[in-house]
Amino acid sequence: MRHAWTLTAFRLRLAMRNRAFLVFGIIIPLIFLFLFAAVFAKKGGPAVAYVLASVLAMSVMGSFWGLSQQLVIFREQGILRRFRLAPLGAGTMLVSGILSNVILMVPGIAAEIGAARWVLHMNMWGNLLSVFVLSALGAVTFATLGLVVASVANSMMETQIINQFLWLAFLLLSGVAIPLPALPVWLQKVALYLPATYLVTGLERALLEFASLPHLGAELASLGGSAVLAFFVCQQIFRWEPEEKMPRQAKLWVAAALVPFLLLGVWETKQGGRLSEARTIFQTTFAERPAQKTPPPAPPAAKP
Amino acid sequence: MSEAIVQVRDLKKSYGDVQALRGVSFEIAEGEVFGLLGPNGAGKTTTIEILEGMRQADGGTATVCGLDPQKASPQFKRTVGAVLQSTSLPDKLRVEEALSLFAELYGTRAERGALLKRFGLEEKRQAFYGKLSGGQKQRLAIALALVHRPRVVFLDEPTAGLDPQVRREIYDIFEELRSEKKTILLTTHYIEEAERLCDRVAIVDQGKVIALGTPRELKQRAAGTTRIEVSLAKPIEATELRALEGVADCRALDGRTVLHSTRPPQTIVALVKHLEAHGNELQSLEIATPSLEDVFIEMTGRRLRE
Repeated sequence: MRHAWTLTAFRLRLAMRNRAFLVFGIIIPLIFLFLFAAVFAKKGGPAVAYVLASVLAMSVMGSFWGLSQQLVIFREQGILRRFRLAPLGAGTMLVSGILSNVILMVPGIAAEIGAARWVLHMNMWGNLLSVFVLSALGAVTFATLGLVVASVANSMMETQIINQFLWLAFLLLSGVAIPLPALPVWLQKVALYLPATYLVTGLERALLEFASLPHLGAELASLGGSAVLAFFVCQQIFRWEPEEKMPRQAKLWVAAALVPFLLLGVWETKQGGRLSEARTIFQTTFAERPAQKTPPPAPPAAKP
Repeated sequence: MSEAIVQVRDLKKSYGDVQALRGVSFEIAEGEVFGLLGPNGAGKTTTIEILEGMRQADGGTATVCGLDPQKASPQFKRTVGAVLQSTSLPDKLRVEEALSLFAELYGTRAERGALLKRFGLEEKRQAFYGKLSGGQKQRLAIALALVHRPRVVFLDEPTAGLDPQVRREIYDIFEELRSEKKTILLTTHYIEEAERLCDRVAIVDQGKVIALGTPRELKQRAAGTTRIEVSLAKPIEATELRALEGVADCRALDGRTVLHSTRPPQTIVALVKHLEAHGNELQSLEIATPSLEDVFIEMTGRRLRE
């Protein structure tokens, strides 16, 4: 574990020296927050919290891209093989990457919540503990999923193709870019099989319904279970050397990491209430308030 | 000679249909500098990477300080240090930070100042890795290999791609290590490197050790001959010149003719007369004392560097 912290500190140091961290970790999410708010939450209030949930989810899911690309770059440049000589294993490398990602996510999340509250006049804090725990667990899950992709892909190009495909699915089908209730019903059912959906809907409930951790059991269990399974898979298929190619059948390990969401998707489709809850939150948040009836003006006082 | 600290017996390794190692065997005593000399593709890097624990052998055995490199246990990794043929560090990592990082990973206190001074990197302590020259990167790689004071050091083509001046600076470092009686296994395709630095050399070709001994012993295989390398106006069969006075061996190589002679002056005179008699002309002539390359040529008919 000591080595994991040593490597985490090393990764954090490198990230701080990379301007891309500031841009992709803080500036771009804030831009999206203001953009979404300008379109969907002009009046402030709960609509800002709804939009914030999407943007927080997007920030958290950024772990998916960042860590997966870094692992492939390290492998292709021969950096990993230098670390392989040191007395540490694949697990330590993976844990340090995930830890550093979670830590690096915190300033962005804090900036987004602060901006929503004080600039965009979000009139509530929601359940901040739930928001941070969901965000941290989400970062772990997506970082680990990204590491699975990086462990399976044989090159940077392959990594980017797989990441693009999965990222677009997460972005468009899980309520991040397009509110879930606005999608056709059959697509909403597809969304139930995606890990990002549980993150987004969990954040919506935490911010708008003040859902506490015990009430987010399904979200925490699905994200946590997937993270554990994905980490186990990563450890089994981790490659130190660029010339070690992944056999085709090993790519099925990616599917294994998504098993919790497949099971949860089936359950939610048959018996769950996630979609109806998402619809309720959406309708409540964006319902037009009836215009206040103004009393008729008092008749002028009669002249003596 | 003290007991072997590295033992390699009948090591085999294939990559698909290609047999990279076909039964390599050697031993290295503690405090010895041992070289693996051979052309590209001979199996040197495969051998050293198996000993570093970076690759699995398909057959044979190898031990380093009594430990199995194939298991690559933390204890094994603390016992060995290595400079890999191709490796890198993140561009935004400072030199000093790299030394501290790896010292921590090995669980040792980094004598950063001493290492920086020893490897001429003091002025570059705050420099980013990406801004270092090739020679500086290699010096840092050697420093990192030694940061935990290993018993055995593996150096895989440590001066490949460096210019001759930088190469000589690196040789000075290796000679220091040699004087400290560090056990070193070095792979190279540079004759000068093997002759200058190594106590013993194994010449490797096509996955097998074809000769093993001290540089002096190996050069004596050339039977105390002098190498005479000539280029002629018209091509000639090497067998034609074998009968000349003093010629111990003659073969064609890269469009030139290489003779090994026990009596160089007589051979040269006989050669000129022979060429004149057959309407041929001598275009150039080089004379040299035998080198390890001559041993390689004698055994394989090819140059070390094609």
